[in-house]
Amino acid sequence: MDSVNRFGPELILLAMAAVIILADIGWALAGTGAERMRRPALGALALTGTAASIIWSALLIAFDEQGEAFSGMIRVDDFALFFNFLFAGTAAIVILASIDFLRRNRFVAEYYALILASTAGMMLLASTIDLIAIFVALELTGISLYILVAFMKDGRSSEAGLKYLLLGAISSAVALYGMAYLFGITGSTSLDEIGLVVSEANGETRSALVLAMVFLIAGFGFKMAIVPFQMWVPDVYEGAPTPVTAFLSVGSKAAGFAVVMRIFLTALGDGSISSDWATVFAILAAISMSLGNITALVQGNIKRMLGYSSIAQAGTFLIGLAVVAAADPQLLLGTSAVLFFLGTYAFTNLGAFIAVIAISSKIGSDQIADYAGVAKRSPLLALGLTICLLSLTGIPPTAGFIAKVYVFNAAVQADLVWLAIVGVLNSVVAAYYYLRVVLNMYTAEPASEESIQPGYYLGLAMVVAVVGLLVIGIFPSPLLEASEAAARVFG
Amino acid sequence: MAIELEHYLILGALLFSIGLYMALAKRNFVGVLMGIEMMFNAVNLTFIAFSRFPRFADMTDAERLSGHVFVIFVITVAAAEAAVALALAMLVYRNRETIDVDRMDLLKW
Repeated sequence: MDSVNRFGPELILLAMAAVIILADIGWALAGTGAERMRRPALGALALTGTAASIIWSALLIAFDEQGEAFSGMIRVDDFALFFNFLFAGTAAIVILASIDFLRRNRFVAEYYALILASTAGMMLLASTIDLIAIFVALELTGISLYILVAFMKDGRSSEAGLKYLLLGAISSAVALYGMAYLFGITGSTSLDEIGLVVSEANGETRSALVLAMVFLIAGFGFKMAIVPFQMWVPDVYEGAPTPVTAFLSVGSKAAGFAVVMRIFLTALGDGSISSDWATVFAILAAISMSLGNITALVQGNIKRMLGYSSIAQAGTFLIGLAVVAAADPQLLLGTSAVLFFLGTYAFTNLGAFIAVIAISSKIGSDQIADYAGVAKRSPLLALGLTICLLSLTGIPPTAGFIAKVYVFNAAVQADLVWLAIVGVLNSVVAAYYYLRVVLNMYTAEPASEESIQPGYYLGLAMVVAVVGLLVIGIFPSPLLEASEAAARVFG
Repeated sequence: MAIELEHYLILGALLFSIGLYMALAKRNFVGVLMGIEMMFNAVNLTFIAFSRFPRFADMTDAERLSGHVFVIFVITVAAAEAAVALALAMLVYRNRETIDVDRMDLLKW
């Protein structure tokens, strides 16, 4: 029973996904009379699922129920619980933001069920400690997201889904090849066992280990959306339904970082090999930040711009991973910096995309040029989007400022000063294209005077995101302590 | 000449490379999918080979078998992925009347 108990947060999401599908069939059988209640009820069920998952995770902490489950397949520790809260919270905000968006779509139940299944997969990615379970969780997340990206069924959405699926399948095959060699070298699929064998590795197995490491970075780099595995990002972000884009940019990316931290810190954390991957991550971080920001400068579509900006942000997270491999004290600093950044980034990016959903659905365009004068048509939405963009730039008092200071400080302490300088220079470049949107909203003349009113649920989701990132910006200590506790798992 | 672990690994690497080339170079979507399947099967072959020729003499049967178990999971998941991929191909064909990946250009590639 312990296993089922610790698996509860994921289990309840999957159970709720099944309940939603069954309830939808029930509604179809009940006839048209009950049709009016169908969409709100299904949305409420999905939200209940995420809330129950969050409460279950909180109870696991309250009753000190951390530990392993299913004979060493899953380890529920502070790290896994941190991500349980992050993913369930993200899913809840995305569901809130989808309610208005799905008003004219027939397949509401399938949409919510897929979001919940994908969230369960992401949670599993953060808690599994066995290569087999990691692969299954990776595909559970991925396959649900492929369908969600193509959900609108029109030309652009289906094309985005196709591209996402092709590159996703190739990248999971590449990651699998790395896992096969890791299994071959160490004779085990358990991350702890692999870590033990790797720490005794000699020159003979080292080259094979480096090969496995490169394949793993390539495979998971796709999920993290770092250069040079970022080709899919702008197209998929542009073509997918915007709530799904928000989910991809926060959930899928955080899941990629979670599983990379699990594998690299547990299985490949030993000094002889970790200095290798730290160098790789440092270089990829510098390239991701620079290329992401420079390409974002010339984008006319706001979803593409946020896509390139998310590549640059992923580069900033990678700084934390590059720091990890230095001496022991830095190990915790680097990991907790990544976790803290992921937490703040979730609020920031969700807020930005929700504002885009609200504004774009009204003006019928994703072009930055069409955002002219939005401040006059909807002062609150423009203010919300401005706060989110300021947080992405890293300007106080927003959460993004503290996160960036934290990561750059970690880099300086680990003697990676050059990386910190590249990061700061990139923040300056990034400020240009973020503030261009803000300037356009406030100073340009609007095309029409008609006001933009977001729906009730969308407004609520926006308030949660913006208040969240301001609160973290002013009182960072609870999230800081949570990310330090989660990082201590690898101590 | 006895067939050793290296031979299987070289065959796996060749199949993997051919699959990757097909996935990147084929223009027809179904061809790309075949390339991806070949990559998965190259991985399967590598796993089985590592299980058949264990690196440590003291490995228990359960540890050796985890390679086989992994392969079963890969086959199952690859089937699910192929089902979604073909459904998506149908959807794209309905919209565009082509499944040529070079002509997927509504979004800047």
